Amino acid sequence: MFRAVFRLSAAGARSLARSRPCSSAPLASRCYSHGKVETEEEFDARWVTYFSKPDIDAWELRKGMNTLMCYDLVPEPKILDSALRACRRLNDLASAVRILEAVKDKAGPHKDIYPYLIQELKPTLTELGISTPEDLGIDKL
Amino acid sequence: MFHLAAGRVGSLAAKRATAALSTSSARMMASHGHGTGDTHPPFHQQQLLVSALDKLRQDDRKRFRQVSTAVDMSKPLYTDSVDVPLPDRPYKEVLTDADKSLKQKEKGPWNQLSKEEKLALYRLKFLKTYPEMRHSTPEWKTVLGVAFFFLGLTGFVVWWQKVYVFPKRPRTFEGDWPEKQLKRMLDMRINPVQGISSKWDYEKGQWK
Repeated sequence: MFRAVFRLSAAGARSLARSRPCSSAPLASRCYSHGKVETEEEFDARWVTYFSKPDIDAWELRKGMNTLMCYDLVPEPKILDSALRACRRLNDLASAVRILEAVKDKAGPHKDIYPYLIQELKPTLTELGISTPEDLGIDKL
Repeated sequence: MFHLAAGRVGSLAAKRATAALSTSSARMMASHGHGTGDTHPPFHQQQLLVSALDKLRQDDRKRFRQVSTAVDMSKPLYTDSVDVPLPDRPYKEVLTDADKSLKQKEKGPWNQLSKEEKLALYRLKFLKTYPEMRHSTPEWKTVLGVAFFFLGLTGFVVWWQKVYVFPKRPRTFEGDWPEKQLKRMLDMRINPVQGISSKWDYEKGQWK
């Protein structure tokens, strides 16, 4: 029993040490005594695959985004890239802008996350022609 | 035979009565149905529709106030929530011809859309932006003000009761009655162990 407790605290310490600026925290903060723990890379890959579905429909996009926003993390740029491309396939510019607004809000007090995301997504934004909320002037009241 | 005729007449009358009752009840049901233009939706549905926070969208706010149809809760609803970035349905579902042509243009490259067009597309799909959702209202001032007002009103009522309702104070509170009462209690040695008499120094004639 004590070994399991020690392992949990070690896992907690490890995940804290691993936090990066984009801070997509692993799902590994669960109290499993056994069972596989999903790594950050697996989590990201799973979501990139979800949004990369070629014939994704509007409901799946909404469901995916709303679920993603429920997690205690800001998604990696590659997940957002996949989601924005899904918006393009669905001919939905408004949702693309909304996604950008949502991740900015999700970062909360960590004001350095959103500029990093935009910097990473700049090629995609220019390629697809998605304006940021700042470009459209809707980041202010 | 006479009884049979009466019976038959009776049943006929009964049939007519039930027919009349059923049509009137059907008419009553129809008038309570939703979707018609001249019925009022229940209050809680009106509350859903009237957004008190929506100071920024004057035209939409006025539109809410003119609502005469009930909300169909069996269909997906539009909600603005920071937790749910993509609501179940777009904000505007009934599109004008201009909107429809814009939607057609959306199917092409987005680089060809102007900033205003992109903004129009956003506003077609969503009512509020995230900053608008997060914007606080001065509602708390109203709430606090009304609460204080009613507290003040209560205070006034209490004062008025004191002046006009309560009877005169008993005479045991006036003049030297309380003092004499206390002296009598001490003379009788009321509560001498831990109570009042135990606090009185009988030798020196003062409080301990």
